[in-house]
Amino acid sequence: MSSIEERVKKIVAEQLGVKEEEVNTEASFVEDLGADSLDTVELVMALEEEFETEIPDEEAEKITTVKLAIDYINEHLA
Amino acid sequence: MSEANAEARVALVTGASRGIGRAIAHALAAAGHTVVGTATSEAGAARIDEDLGDRGAGRVLDVGDAASVDALVKAVTDEFGAPLVLVNNAGITRDNLLMRMKAEEWDAVIDTNLGALYRVSKACARAMTRARWGRIVNITSVVGAMGNAGQSNYAASKAGAGGFTRALARELGGRNITVNCVAPGFIDTDMTRELGDDQRQAMLAQIPLGRLGEPEEVAAVVAFLCSEQAAYVTGETLHINGGMYMT
Repeated sequence: MSSIEERVKKIVAEQLGVKEEEVNTEASFVEDLGADSLDTVELVMALEEEFETEIPDEEAEKITTVKLAIDYINEHLA
Repeated sequence: MSEANAEARVALVTGASRGIGRAIAHALAAAGHTVVGTATSEAGAARIDEDLGDRGAGRVLDVGDAASVDALVKAVTDEFGAPLVLVNNAGITRDNLLMRMKAEEWDAVIDTNLGALYRVSKACARAMTRARWGRIVNITSVVGAMGNAGQSNYAASKAGAGGFTRALARELGGRNITVNCVAPGFIDTDMTRELGDDQRQAMLAQIPLGRLGEPEEVAAVVAFLCSEQAAYVTGETLHINGGMYMT
C-alpha cells in the first residue's frame, strides 16, 4: 500500500502529463507544472475519486500545490 | 465491436416528447446512439420510451430543478453510461408585450431556457472532460438573432444561449468537446401551430423557401454536429430557417 503522498503525486503526474519525478512536494500546479485552470479542476476531481471523498469548491480552490493536496487528504481522511 | 458501432455514444436529449426534440431523439438513435429523451410529465416520458423502443428510453425531468437534473444524469450514467452527447432542447414560451409582461413570465422563460443550459451542461461536463470527447448542442432560435415583438423574454434567453455556447466552447475545447447552437426558424410544430393564420402568412412571406421547416430537417443538422465528422465545428450557430434570416 503506497502512502498518501505517493498516491497524490502519481495522480498529479497522470493528470498533468508530467513525470512523477518532476512532481516534488513544493511544486505549484500552475507555476511549476504548467496546469491551466481546467487542469486544476480535473485534478481535484481525480483526487476525489482516488480517495473516495468530496472536496467542497471553496476548499478545492485553495489546493494549489502538491503539498497542499497531500495536507488536505491527510487532514480529512487520516 | 463492429465499425458501425464505433461512434455509438449515450445521448441525452431534453424536451424529447414532441416536435423538434422528438425528431432529434430519432435522428440520434438512427445514427447508432443510445438515446435518453426527457419530458416534464410521466405520460411524455412513457411516450418517448415507447417511441424509441430498444434504442433508448424516456425519463421524467424538470430542467428547472438542479437536484432533478443531477439525479437524472446519475441514473442515466448508472444504467446506460455517461452521456457524452447532450442536446439541450427543452424550452418554453410565455409571449407578451414587454409593457404587459409579468415578472413570472420573464423569469420562467429565462430559467427554463437559459438556466437549464447551466444545470444540464454542468452535470454532463465532468464525464465528457474525463472521456476527452463530448458534443453539446443547444437548440436556440432565429428569434435570438432577429428579435420578435412579443418575445423579449424568449429572444433574450436564446441570444443568451449563444453567448453561453461560445464561452463553453472556449472552456472545453482543449478537452475535445464541441459546443454549438442550432437555431431553427419557423418549423411545423405544436409551438408554431399556436400562431394565427395572419401571423403564419406574414411569416411565410419572409421565407425564401416559401414553406415551414420540418422537425426532421433540424434534427439532421443536430445529428451532424454530434458526429465525428463535425469534430472541427465549435462555438458556431447553424441557422435552419429556409432563408428567412441570413448572416
